[in-house]
Amino acid sequence: MTERGTTTYREAIREAIREALLRDDRVFLMGEDVGVYGGCFAVSLGLLEEFGPGRVRDTPLSEAGFVGAGIGAALGGMRPIVEIMTVNFSLLALDQIMNNAATLLHMSGGQFNVPLVIRMTTGAGRQLAAQHSHSLEGWYAHIPGLKILAPATLEDARGMLAPALDDPDPVLIFEHGGLYNMSGVPRPGLVDIATAALRRTGDDITLIAYGGTLHKTLAAADELATRGIKADVVDLRVLRPLDDATIMESIGRTHRAVIVDEGWRSGGLSAEISARIMEQAFYQLDAPVQRVCTAEVPIPYARHLEEAAIPQVIGIVAAAREAVAA
Amino acid sequence: MAPKNSAGTSPHRELLHQMLRIRRFEERCVELYSDEKIRGFMHLYIGEEAVAVGICAALAPDDAIVSTYREHGHALVRGVPATVIMAEMYGRVAGCSRGRGGSMHIFDAEHRFYGGNAIVGGGLPLAVGLALADKMQGRSRVTACFFGDGAMAEGEFHECVNLAALWRLPVLFACENNLYAMGTALAKSHAETDLALRAASYDLVAWPVDGMDVLAVAEAAARAAESIRAGSGPHFLELRTYRFRAHSMYDPDRYRTKAEIEQWKKRDPIDSLVARMKAANEISDDDLAVMDKDICVEIDQAIAFAEQAPLEATEDLTRFVYSETSPTGAGHVKSAEAAP
Ligand SMILES: Cc1ncc(C[n+]2csc(CCOP(=O)(O)OP(=O)(O)O)c2C)c(N)n1
Ligand SMILES: [Mg+2]
Repeated sequence: MTERGTTTYREAIREAIREALLRDDRVFLMGEDVGVYGGCFAVSLGLLEEFGPGRVRDTPLSEAGFVGAGIGAALGGMRPIVEIMTVNFSLLALDQIMNNAATLLHMSGGQFNVPLVIRMTTGAGRQLAAQHSHSLEGWYAHIPGLKILAPATLEDARGMLAPALDDPDPVLIFEHGGLYNMSGVPRPGLVDIATAALRRTGDDITLIAYGGTLHKTLAAADELATRGIKADVVDLRVLRPLDDATIMESIGRTHRAVIVDEGWRSGGLSAEISARIMEQAFYQLDAPVQRVCTAEVPIPYARHLEEAAIPQVIGIVAAAREAVAA
Repeated sequence: MAPKNSAGTSPHRELLHQMLRIRRFEERCVELYSDEKIRGFMHLYIGEEAVAVGICAALAPDDAIVSTYREHGHALVRGVPATVIMAEMYGRVAGCSRGRGGSMHIFDAEHRFYGGNAIVGGGLPLAVGLALADKMQGRSRVTACFFGDGAMAEGEFHECVNLAALWRLPVLFACENNLYAMGTALAKSHAETDLALRAASYDLVAWPVDGMDVLAVAEAAARAAESIRAGSGPHFLELRTYRFRAHSMYDPDRYRTKAEIEQWKKRDPIDSLVARMKAANEISDDDLAVMDKDICVEIDQAIAFAEQAPLEATEDLTRFVYSETSPTGAGHVKSAEAAP
C-alpha cells in the first residue's frame, strides 16, 4: 500500500494544470493529443472530461501554428498553456518561440508582453533514438526574453506552473521524460521560479545538475559519501535567468565543481555555467571545473549505446574524485 | 480611421484622403532614406494603397490588425499617428516602438496594431491566436491579417488557415497578391496560382478582389467582416494588386520589365478613384489641391516631430526584454492537494 499523499511527477503536473484551470478562466491547455488521447505522456488524462474541449484543446499537427496561436491568445488576454510533445518537435515552432514570443515585448518598445507557458518533454533514457531524445533546453536558455524552467522534483512539478502562469512573459517548462513515473510524497511549501536549490550539502565539492540528471547526481553524491567525499548538490531549477549567487556561494565553501548536463558539451549550458564560475569565482577554485555531459552524438537507440552516451552516476563520481584529487 | 478630411461629405473622399496620405508619406520616406535619415530595410506600399484603405474601412476600433514589414500604409490608415511612425523610422524614443523596431516593426497597442512582422508568414499564427482569444472570451471582434502572395508558400500559412477554419475563428485573411515575392514571380513559386481557390480548399470563404479598386476592396471587406461578425468563421480575400516600387530600397528591380510596371501604373488606385469622383462631380481640382496640401502639412509635422525627438538612453538598452512588472511569484504546494 502506498503512503498517503503519494503522487507521481506526471500526476503532480496534471494537478498543477487542473488547479490552474480551476483558478483562472483565462487559462486553457492546447496541444497535440492533450484531450481525447490524454496527452502523449498521459499528463492531461481526464482533463478533457472535466473541463471540456474549449479549455482542453486538441490541435492538428501544426507546431508553428498552435504555438503561435498561443502567443496570439496571450496577447489577446488569455493565459494559454501550450504543450509540445517533445523538444525535438518544438523545432518546428522555433520561429514562433524565438522570433515572436521572445522578441515582441522589446521590439514593440514595451507595449506587448506575452504571458504564455509552453511545456514540453525533454531528455533521453527511454531508447527513443535521435529524434525523440535530445536535451535542447540549453539552446532555449540562450534566448533573452524567455524564462526556462526544469522541474526535477515532485514539488517543482507541482508548484512551478502557477508562478509561471502569473509571470507576464513567456515561460518554457522542460519536463524530463524519465521522471514522469517518479513517485513520492511532495513536501508542502512555497515553490519559486527564480532560484536554484541546494538539494544536499557537503563542503568538499559542488555538483551542479538539473532535470533528469539531478537524481543521478544525488546518487553520485551518496556514493561519494561512502568514500568520505561530502558534496553540495545544486539543482539549477531555473536555466534562464541562472541563479549565479547560489552556485557561487556553494563554490565559495567547496572550491571545486562538477557540472552535469544531459545536453552536449560544445557550446552548451555547462559551458555557460563554467564560464560564469571562471568570471565570478576564479580565485575560489582549487581545481579545474569538470563537466559530465552527453557524448557528441545524436542519441542512439540501443540501450548500451544510449547509456554510454548520456551522463551516468559512475562518470559523475569519477569526475568528482578527479576534481577532489587535483 | 483618422478624422475625416474637412471638406465635403462624399463617402469616397475619405478613401481618397487615406490613399493619398500613404502615397505622400512614402514619397517623403524615399527622400528621407536618400538623406540617410531612415535606415535599415524599408519596403514601400506605393501602388497597393487601395488594399489597406479598403480593408481598414471595414474594421471597428476594437478590431485587431496583424501586418507585415510592408506596413506603413496599414498603420497610417488604422490611425497610428504619422508622427510616431516617422519617429520610429528615425530610431527615436518617441517612436511607436521606442526606436527598437524601425520601418518593419510598427506596433501600437492603442490601435490594436500587432506589427510590423518581418518573418514572412510569421504573423499569421498571432492573428489566429488573437481571434481565438476573442472567441473564447465571447467578444465579437475581427482580426485582420495582411500577408503577401509569397507567404502562401510558407507552412505557417497552411497551418493557420486550417486552424482558423477548423475552429471557425474570426480572422480576415487579406492576401496582398502583388505578383512577386521579392524577385520571384508568382508562377515561379506556386504551382497553382489561383490563390483564392487554394485557400478555399481549407473550407473557408475565399474570393479574389481587384486590389487596384478601393471601392471593390472596401465592398468585399465590408461583406467579409459582416459575415465574420455573424459567426461564419474566417474569410480570405485575395487582393490582386501591384507594387510600383522595388521590393525594398536595396532592390535593383531586375526581375520585371519597365513595360509591365508602366502597364500597371495605368491602373493607379488613386488616379482611378479621382477620375471616378470627378466624373460624378464629387471633387474638383481645387478640392484635391487642398487635400494634398493638408496631407503635406501633416507629413511635415511628422518629420519635424521625428527630427527633434530624443534618442533612447543607451543605459535603457536592455529594458523591455522582460516585463518591468514581473512579480517574483511562487506556487504553493499543499500537502493535502498532492494526492491525485
Ligand atoms: C521566413 C522568411 N524568409 C525570407 C524572408 C526574406 N523576405 C522578405 S520579404 C520576402 C518576399 C515576400 O513576398 P510576399 O509575401 O509576396 O510579400 P511582398 O513583399 O510582395 O509584399 C522575402 C523572401 C523573410 N523575411 N522571412
Ligand atoms: Mg508579393
